[in-house]
Amino acid sequence: MTILTLRSVTRVACAGFALMGLIPVIISAQSREIPRTAAGHPDMNGIWQTMGNAHWDIEPHTARPALAMQPGPVVPVPANEVLAFGAVGSVPSGYGVVVGGTIPYLSNALATRDENREQWLDRDPEIKCFLPGVPRATYMPFPFQIFQSDAHVAITYEFATAFREIYLEDPGEPQVDSWMGQSFGQWDGDTFVVRVNGMLGDTWLDRAGNFTGFGTTVTERYTMISRDHIMYEAEIDNPETFSEPWTIRMPLYRNIDPNARLGQFKCVEFVEELMYGHLRKNPIRGNGS
Amino acid sequence: MSHSRFPPAPRRSAPALVATLVLALLPIAVAAQSSDWVLPRLPDGMPDLQGNWSNATMTPIVRPPGLGKVLTPDQVTALEQGRQDFIAADYEDSDPNRGAPPAGGQLTGDPIFDAATGGTGGYNQFFVDAGDNIAIYNGEPRSSLIVHPEDGRRAAFTDEGQERVAQRVAFNQQFDQYDNPENRPLAERCIMSFGSNGGPPMLPNYFYNNNYTIVQTPDAVMIMTEMVHDVRVILMGEPQRLPKHMRPWLGDSWGHWEDETLVIETTNLHPDQVLMGMSNASFYPSEEARVIERLTRVSEDQINYEFTIQDPTVFTDQIRGEVPFNRLDGLLYEYACHEANYALENVLRGARSQEERERNENQQDWR
Repeated sequence: MTILTLRSVTRVACAGFALMGLIPVIISAQSREIPRTAAGHPDMNGIWQTMGNAHWDIEPHTARPALAMQPGPVVPVPANEVLAFGAVGSVPSGYGVVVGGTIPYLSNALATRDENREQWLDRDPEIKCFLPGVPRATYMPFPFQIFQSDAHVAITYEFATAFREIYLEDPGEPQVDSWMGQSFGQWDGDTFVVRVNGMLGDTWLDRAGNFTGFGTTVTERYTMISRDHIMYEAEIDNPETFSEPWTIRMPLYRNIDPNARLGQFKCVEFVEELMYGHLRKNPIRGNGS
Repeated sequence: MSHSRFPPAPRRSAPALVATLVLALLPIAVAAQSSDWVLPRLPDGMPDLQGNWSNATMTPIVRPPGLGKVLTPDQVTALEQGRQDFIAADYEDSDPNRGAPPAGGQLTGDPIFDAATGGTGGYNQFFVDAGDNIAIYNGEPRSSLIVHPEDGRRAAFTDEGQERVAQRVAFNQQFDQYDNPENRPLAERCIMSFGSNGGPPMLPNYFYNNNYTIVQTPDAVMIMTEMVHDVRVILMGEPQRLPKHMRPWLGDSWGHWEDETLVIETTNLHPDQVLMGMSNASFYPSEEARVIERLTRVSEDQINYEFTIQDPTVFTDQIRGEVPFNRLDGLLYEYACHEANYALENVLRGARSQEERERNENQQDWR
């Protein structure tokens, strides 16, 4: 067992302070390494993906047997619909990406979140391959690709071929609401700030029932902190759902494989049996109506 | 009301004469623009193809019988006026005292419009943005988008190609068209855009949403098709092809520049993807199919889009086509088709309901 003496603590602390003094130098050096476009903006072109388990639950959570549970004789057990998945369907733990740890739901919105969680199989848009909205698209367990020129920015996501163009001139109020919303981006120094509004109220934030509701404004901040890392933040504001604006934060990692390319996950056809199987002439599941 | 894609020439009105004169001046206008216009370029020197574009046109993929490759000004006037008449008629108030439509719906004679509406009035012109002008390519008003074979029609099938068609027909005949979701068209299932919009080749669907967004980077060109928000990522450089068994929707596309032209070569096309849909030239690509597309910015407002289909397993000849992509001022919409696809569910539900009714009727007969 190691016992730290006051002297050793002091040495470590001094070393720590010394290192902290170097941080601006390191960041400055990193800034110089950031690739830039002809116009001098950080060049984010490439394939990116998050690490971690925010797609399961953006709040801190311990591992649990499954997303859908049912009462058991001793403790709750996985629901019949997901039982066959075994450990593959279990939820890994996560330390959360919500700054401050907890989403500031209004009481009725919190009740809706809890209902969502209870009825995940029926309600989660991801299960039906619906477009994920923002910011959920960012941290789904699929990569996405940023296409950035000085006049245009677009992001295409592997999941469901979700797409959004980020307009560099303010398009005004959205003409119609949509799943991925309307995005307007501006550079704030080296940070690309994107205002997303006009989203339908049906999108979720994760598989744990967290949601934003109709009328949400998401303000994203993309800051390259090295050639291969972007610090991603999204402030979420909806006074109908939350007591105050709140923020998620996580790093995005570049896929540095020189052969990396975005895959195709057009999942619409994968969910046809789930959504329409009961309407077959001869239902496979024997539940035709 | 009857309407064909190329109706007979109506009596020419004063506006039609003006249109004829304008068309006669068109080559001069194009030439004047080309002498002043400077090709926009990106910082790396490549031509700038970015922005929103539309390939909507009333020029069909396949040339109608009796027409040459290039239409005369009179033919253009007649066709475009016919289109306007069709639209105007559709906008007229309905007769409140009209009778019920005939069983099967009131067909208009426009095969694509009728296919989409079933002649039941599911859509009217308010919802339609089919393309109301003849395609002008290199200053020529065209009668078809296919330019090779020279008759503007699909090349003949090989024996193997015919056998494949027969096999697919035989497979499909196992089912009624409403038995399963997989028996419905890809567009109705919201898997692909109809009419080969997503491509390749990227062709108009003669109905709506013929819009595209292009964003270029040095390493990749992104082409987003508005319908079904299908995104093609064209990787630039020496192709590293997918294994033959990987055949994604939209295929495996690689690009390179030849002078001022972006050349895209696509292989590994999905076996169930219909190419050149919305025409009687549609076909399913074989595993050997290759589509070569050439995009050349020829003015501020137009990209010349040329495509070549090479599929020697299916066709005795290659097929080549030319399509103008015209600049689109305005933003594209999100085509979130699957998220509210009541149609597919109700089509299947309707079939099951009809079957149940027939069962009940038979039972009553038996009693």
